[in-house]
Amino acid sequence: MSLTQAFWAIIRRDLLLAFRRRAEMANPLLFFVMVVTLFPLAVGAQPNLLQTMAPGVIWVSALLAALLSLDGLFRSDFEDGSLEQLLLSPHSLSILVLGKIVAHWLVTGLPLLLIAPLLALFLGLPERAMPTLWLTLILATPVLSLIGAIGVALTVGLRRGGMILSLLVLPLYIPVLIFASNAVDRAASGLPVTAQINILLSMFLLSLVLTPLPTAAALKMSVN
Amino acid sequence: MSFIPAPISRFFHRTASPPHFYALANRFIPWLTVLFLLLLIPGLYGGLIMAPTDYQQGDSYRIIYIHVPAAWMSLFIYVLMAVMGGIALIWRMKLAEVMLISSAPIGAGFTFIALVTGSLWGKPMWGTWWVWDARLTSELILLFLYLGVISLHGAIEDKRNAARAVSILALVGVVNIPIIHYSVEWWNTLHQGPTVSKMDKPSIHISMLIPLLLMAVAFKVYYAIALLQAAKLELLKRESSAQWVKNLLEKTV
Amino acid sequence: MTLGSFLDMGGYAFYVWTSYGITTAVLLFNLLAPIVQRKQLLRQLALKQKRPQR
Repeated sequence: MSLTQAFWAIIRRDLLLAFRRRAEMANPLLFFVMVVTLFPLAVGAQPNLLQTMAPGVIWVSALLAALLSLDGLFRSDFEDGSLEQLLLSPHSLSILVLGKIVAHWLVTGLPLLLIAPLLALFLGLPERAMPTLWLTLILATPVLSLIGAIGVALTVGLRRGGMILSLLVLPLYIPVLIFASNAVDRAASGLPVTAQINILLSMFLLSLVLTPLPTAAALKMSVN
Repeated sequence: MSFIPAPISRFFHRTASPPHFYALANRFIPWLTVLFLLLLIPGLYGGLIMAPTDYQQGDSYRIIYIHVPAAWMSLFIYVLMAVMGGIALIWRMKLAEVMLISSAPIGAGFTFIALVTGSLWGKPMWGTWWVWDARLTSELILLFLYLGVISLHGAIEDKRNAARAVSILALVGVVNIPIIHYSVEWWNTLHQGPTVSKMDKPSIHISMLIPLLLMAVAFKVYYAIALLQAAKLELLKRESSAQWVKNLLEKTV
Repeated sequence: MTLGSFLDMGGYAFYVWTSYGITTAVLLFNLLAPIVQRKQLLRQLALKQKRPQR
């Protein structure tokens, strides 16, 4: 089997497994909606206030939803031993790991795009900000999965890895949060967002190139 | 490692062997302590007594003599940790692992100092304990990075594995530090809060600069002493059943 | 300069001396904690060594 074939085989396998457990797929999505719902209840339902807070609220919630779903990235494979099989494969582990991350993003990151308009509606985000919100979600949620993968790989062997995972990963998410929410914010007031989108794009490309290697190294450490 | 000349390589391996390093640390610590005091005392005297009062900030600016060196150290130690992480991962050098994990609490301590003294300086200057100023915010995030390293090391039971995990994390963190720093800086210019101009360019006079530099070097020497102490403990913990530790015990007891 | 005016720090005594105090405390802790722990560890190891091997 060539490397590309192995890459696609991993994605196909993970997607198949995810579809067998459809109920679990909905959890991060539900979490995302519920966190956003909490904000009007906590700060009051003044439309002006909600509208100014909307980009930040949506992005903080997306970040937390991504964080919550991360644990599933390697956990089940670690427990049933298929992670060890992956390490034994003759192919480059970084590429195989990248396949797993892509599959994971398709299952947990992509659905956020579908639910985002509903949340924008809840918070009264102007319609002209919608395309930017989508664009930031498309560009930045993969970054969250890629960076998060390093954290999961480091903590997957631990019994209580979840708390440490958030401590490791959240500081690294800060640049994404800053640029993504600012882009949506500017789009809501009708300002150009090219600079922010370009920065997010470069973050995406950088993390695509740079993160699989440490993730693979960390997995080797966790499994042995 | 072929590109490193054999004598140098041999020197490193000898120095890096635990018993040799332990003895070497014992020999260096007294000298470093003397050096530390020789820098600290004139630094404090110059900063607290000799240096003139600032015409804008009064005497509150004297916090600078610990705040700025501590902030420098916080970044310096994190970068050094990443370097040692790289060495630990590439050459599997035990001593680099020990140095890396021994540095983390010291670096976290300096970061904490920079934050608290920044806050104590900010209160009389800005009127509040905390502002979301770019430098304070990135310092806070740096503290989170340090705490992540410390807690990850604490959570993994096998210490060889823990060292590898921490090395990877330190390297990932050091790549992110400039990105985090610039994004926070950029974010801060958008949400310009209370003015920070007072602290931006302290027109620093030579009589203020000299104590500052003395304190900065003193903090570096302090780091060396604290690092050696922590590394001695960590080495003993890891090698508690090795022969050299048994010899050491017989000598002392 | 009198001792009183030195301690007063031009009215900023609280801020300046708290800063210096906290710094001293943190630096001393990071220096002394490993020394104390090492002494304890050495004592434990010595006890273990003295105990006859089973």
